[in-house]
Amino acid sequence: MSQTIKTTYREALKQGLREALQNDDRVFLMGEDVGRYGGAFAVSKGLLQEFGEERIMDVPLSESGFVGAGIGAALAGMKPIVEVMTVNFGLLAMDQIVNNAATLLHMSGGQLNVPVIIRISCGIGQQLAAQHSHSWEPFFAQVPGLVVLSVGTHEDARGMLHTALQSPDPVIIIEYTSMLNLEKEISTDAGAVNITKAKVIKSGKDISIITYGTGVYKCLESADELAAEGIDAEIIDLRILRPLDEETFLASVTKTHRALIVEDAWRSVSISSEISSRIMEKAFYELDAPVKRLCGVEVPIPYPLHLEQASVPQKSDIVKAVKQIINP
Amino acid sequence: MNKTKILMPKTKSKKIDLDAKKAHHLFYQMLLIRKFEDKAAEEYTKAKIRGFLHLYIGEEAVAVGVIQALTDEDNILCTYREHGHALARGMDAGAIMAEMYGKQEGCSRGRGGSMHLFDKSKNFFGGNAIVAGHLPMSVGMALASKKQKKNNITCCFFGEGAAAEGEFHEAMNLAALWKVPVLFVCENNLYAMGTAIRYTHSMQELEKKGAGYGVESSAVNGMNLMAVIDAANEAVQKVRDNGKPYLLVCNTYRFRAHSMFDAELYRDKKEVEEWKKRDPIPEFQEFLLKQKIITEKEIKKIENQVDSEIQKAVDFAEAGTWEPIDQLTEFVYSKKETK
Repeated sequence: MSQTIKTTYREALKQGLREALQNDDRVFLMGEDVGRYGGAFAVSKGLLQEFGEERIMDVPLSESGFVGAGIGAALAGMKPIVEVMTVNFGLLAMDQIVNNAATLLHMSGGQLNVPVIIRISCGIGQQLAAQHSHSWEPFFAQVPGLVVLSVGTHEDARGMLHTALQSPDPVIIIEYTSMLNLEKEISTDAGAVNITKAKVIKSGKDISIITYGTGVYKCLESADELAAEGIDAEIIDLRILRPLDEETFLASVTKTHRALIVEDAWRSVSISSEISSRIMEKAFYELDAPVKRLCGVEVPIPYPLHLEQASVPQKSDIVKAVKQIINP
Repeated sequence: MNKTKILMPKTKSKKIDLDAKKAHHLFYQMLLIRKFEDKAAEEYTKAKIRGFLHLYIGEEAVAVGVIQALTDEDNILCTYREHGHALARGMDAGAIMAEMYGKQEGCSRGRGGSMHLFDKSKNFFGGNAIVAGHLPMSVGMALASKKQKKNNITCCFFGEGAAAEGEFHEAMNLAALWKVPVLFVCENNLYAMGTAIRYTHSMQELEKKGAGYGVESSAVNGMNLMAVIDAANEAVQKVRDNGKPYLLVCNTYRFRAHSMFDAELYRDKKEVEEWKKRDPIPEFQEFLLKQKIITEKEIKKIENQVDSEIQKAVDFAEAGTWEPIDQLTEFVYSKKETK
């Protein structure tokens, strides 16, 4: 058994970045304030000093411009990692992401692949109000041609980037601001992880709780509470939101016969609506109860803490929902 | 009449070293584009070509004049009005026509159509139909050349409509800030679809926009091939030598409608007729004859050569095949291989 080390989510992300920069000269990081400022959320702090300004590029506030430049550099043989400060600003680059990165391979009849990495800070929980905090994974996950990863654990924070850099196609990596300071034990030899399969984070027999992103640790804590009451929940971290690995969650539902889907994103046309549909289509007769969803409330995220907390599923909501499904 | 005031510098008198072989080739390219576009319009009316079709007729001197200044290693990115550029780059006319037919023998396997011609082997990167969307990419490609210490430059064509988009301004700033070898070629044909430049730009001498970003710039009469060649040679040399961006504005005019859907309600027929008097092809032809670089007989020969190449292109497109529907989801992700 390998040894473990205590690390923050931020540090895990940074180690992933350092390793990527060390391993391949074609890799460079560009984004707003990634260099001299040290990263808006200090993820890239110190990397400028270590790798120099050719590899760690501060860019002007022009999301469409520098994301597009990242796509161009990828087309021309580089391996750019483009950081977008928040998912809200990411919309300014949506033209480049959807119309170019996701489309060029197809439009060119397979000639042009775009190996660009776009890291985007996402999520709710810092009282940053409606223009700096949302869970917009579904916007990206809707687009064929993109690979969309959601970093819900410290292992993935450490290892997803490495594998994403092997992808010939554009990868959107969604990271969560609210988890940056969170400390967890990870293996000292943690490294590259698979980016094609969802993961059973905790095995259980009574219900499948399917989630991603900030939902993963929340659901794990809920499972502890449920265990005390004799309910054995299985937790699935989707990890890859496109292309979805349905095999893993369908197998889980087939085993437990109950499903709760938990996400911070708005309910309508969300990841959970897709998961729910696939369960209906492919595992309907395995179900002992209707699929239930806990999602973000459909409101622009409000500033006051109590309203912000009420706008996304909390641990108590998860515990309550599981009990309702099992003992209706 | 033409109410739009636009800077039209006279053809520079600078001597251009143009040998007969190259001159004939350029004349051939100009004519090939013109006749290819005429044929495309014809095939469109026969419903062989569908979707949007944007013709380059009238603007040939820009693509031919600029692309002759580039090497095969230089990258080219274009707009959706790019058949001329693809031909000037030396892409196969048959593969282009087949692409417009939607056949899998097309240069983008039929997936792109008229607006999305690609040929990676020729460093020809589209065929981009989001106005100004390819400008940031061109900066990134030039950035890659700089990082890789390559000598190639990136040449990005766009219209004056794109110069009103935010991505134009972001791209100019990034290119100047990063000092990357990109040549921005603004093909100012005076109309963003159907809206004249006087309704879209507060300041219509577009070359002046370079100054705001510290990008060297100039404007040229885009209806005169020799003038474009002169300006492009100089601009390309500067980009290559200095590794910095340059903005070349080619003032030109499209003789045909914006696309085949356009009834041209926004411009006077007389205006079009006036501009046709400045048609770049007869002008270049006369120049060549006067300079005794070409003979009438040679012109006839080139015309025949062009006609036969276009006929071959149409035949190739006609003989092309439809991609089987079970391959619909190919080319979404790289790992999936073509059957």
